[in-house]
Amino acid sequence: MHTIYNFVSGPLAWLAFIIFIGGSIYKIVTMAKLAKKKDPSVYEYWDTGFALRSIAVWSIPFATVNWRKNPVMTLVTFAFHISLIVVPLFLCAHALLWKEVFDINWWYIPNGLADIMTLIVIGSCIFFAVRRSIRHDVKYLTSKSDYLILLMVAAPFVTGFWAYHQFPAYRLMFILHMLSGEFVLAAIPFTRLSHMLYAVFTRGYIGSEFGAVRHARDW
Amino acid sequence: MGEPASKIEVKNIKDIGLDEGAARLTPERIEKVINEVIDNETGARLKVYVDTCVHCGLCSEACHYYLSNDKNPVYAPAGKVKQTLWEIVEKKGKVSPDFIRRAAELCYTECNLCRRCAMYCPFGIDVAYMMLTMRRICHKLGVIPQYIQDTAQSHSATMNQMWVKEDEWIDTLFWQEEEAAEEIENLRIPLEKEGAEVMYSVIGPEPKFRAQLIYQAAVIMDVAGVDWTMPATPGWDNSDMAMYTGDNEMMGRLKKEHFETAMRLKVKKIVMGECGHAFRSVYDMGNRAVGWKMPPVQMVHALEFYYDLFKAGKIKVKEKYDKPVTLHDPCNVIRGRGLHEMARYVVNKVCETFIEMTPNREHNYCCCAGGGVINCGPPFRDKRVYSNRVKADQLAATKKKGVEVCIAPCHNCHGGLEDIIHHYKLGMELKFLGDIIYEVMEKPE
Repeated sequence: MHTIYNFVSGPLAWLAFIIFIGGSIYKIVTMAKLAKKKDPSVYEYWDTGFALRSIAVWSIPFATVNWRKNPVMTLVTFAFHISLIVVPLFLCAHALLWKEVFDINWWYIPNGLADIMTLIVIGSCIFFAVRRSIRHDVKYLTSKSDYLILLMVAAPFVTGFWAYHQFPAYRLMFILHMLSGEFVLAAIPFTRLSHMLYAVFTRGYIGSEFGAVRHARDW
Repeated sequence: MGEPASKIEVKNIKDIGLDEGAARLTPERIEKVINEVIDNETGARLKVYVDTCVHCGLCSEACHYYLSNDKNPVYAPAGKVKQTLWEIVEKKGKVSPDFIRRAAELCYTECNLCRRCAMYCPFGIDVAYMMLTMRRICHKLGVIPQYIQDTAQSHSATMNQMWVKEDEWIDTLFWQEEEAAEEIENLRIPLEKEGAEVMYSVIGPEPKFRAQLIYQAAVIMDVAGVDWTMPATPGWDNSDMAMYTGDNEMMGRLKKEHFETAMRLKVKKIVMGECGHAFRSVYDMGNRAVGWKMPPVQMVHALEFYYDLFKAGKIKVKEKYDKPVTLHDPCNVIRGRGLHEMARYVVNKVCETFIEMTPNREHNYCCCAGGGVINCGPPFRDKRVYSNRVKADQLAATKKKGVEVCIAPCHNCHGGLEDIIHHYKLGMELKFLGDIIYEVMEKPE
């Protein structure tokens, strides 16, 4: 157990971070180069002001017509994404790791809040899965990989919650927590999770076209 | 437009262009053409759009096809991409002739490229761009609905959409000049006037079917004292069905001819009639096809032109139009150019009672005729009429509030709404904004 722990928390963690950061840079750079070559319009019509306007409006819950048309989805998706980013970055136990490994003083959130946010992520994944299976239009678009991605995202949160509360077999869960977290991190650049990398560019580009060329709103 | 479909049929529609086009295909040719288009003509945009879509379905309710067809998921924007480009990208072009037949019917007749869904996708994924990419593939494979291909053919043979010959064009202008001069003494439609301030351009169907619009435009120009001209040569037509068939080379040729005609006449700007798709071609897509980032000659859509004339006090209203009106916002000049407030300014100037339809401005529902769908002809007429029940509901709601006339400042919208008003028995009149301006303006006695 101890050897596995050392391996998962040591070399494998490094590998996951390298794949995530390296892969993300690689993806963004190759896409940027490809766009330069094949889609020059993206650069020609890019307008940072209008791109930021569009990104800003869409980043505010209920600011767009479509957010207002889907209030439940809007609440869930915002709560989910905020929790998804905040918990891993600012969990007290993770902050301790930063201190231990790199001697960096990192901010952290109270454990009670982290617990709630973890449950929000898990609950949201269940919500998304149910939504996928019952809404005709979403079901039509859904393939196995969509459920798999939800599972991948939920796994580190379920196992982390389990381990933190020391439910049965929590040591195993702790290792699974690290493993699943590393796996999902490494998968970001190479799966549909890459929307995390691309969203600002797709939103910014359509915002530029709508704002600077078409003089219209895109929300 | 106006041609009746033989019977009510929205499934298993026969179209010689699609059927025989698909029958000629082989899997090898399909794969080759698809990969040529994907490798040479698309790049990061397509890849990122395909990778970024999280299949959330938030675009569904943007689409009038989806809403009107009882929320059938095959008509949802992302659903349409699933049936076309996702499959093509995933299979790297290894798809069957039947697949292409269905994909062609979908991209040409089940999407108006209205870009409403781009405003509903949280990532701003442009589904219209993907449908256009699918059309490009179908164009190169020769699987295109017959009617719209015929208009594209006309563009390449005559540089106008309606097979209008050069002498017929000039003759029509003389005819309209003569008619208008009976109303306003000494009215001229100046042809080939070098150095005029404005070149007025129209779409092919105007001289063919709606010549009175040229008459009305001439009266407005004359009364407002505009220094204007029309070309006597090809290049007068600003319309562009090649843009919608996927014939990008032809789209470029057309716009080059159009802009070069204006340059030859040394005009300051081109003013165009009330057409939406043509505006998309001159302002957004066609200019880009020939490498002009923005139009090389200032392009002014009729809505903006009217607005300028009223702002400058060049047109006076004798008596406002008294029937209650509503305004249909055409996608290509509203989502495509943001002319909605100018349009409202003019409508309020000329009409006594203006009642909004809901949703409106950028969020207005498309007419379901645009994007070349009406140009695919009678075989697909019923489908587009059924697929825009939401528009009928939207119009019916304004009628309840007392609206008698719907203003649609776009030719395609006119065609589409005419069929919708007729089919759903809405009993409304349909007008161009120019019709009303012409009717209420002060003219010399």
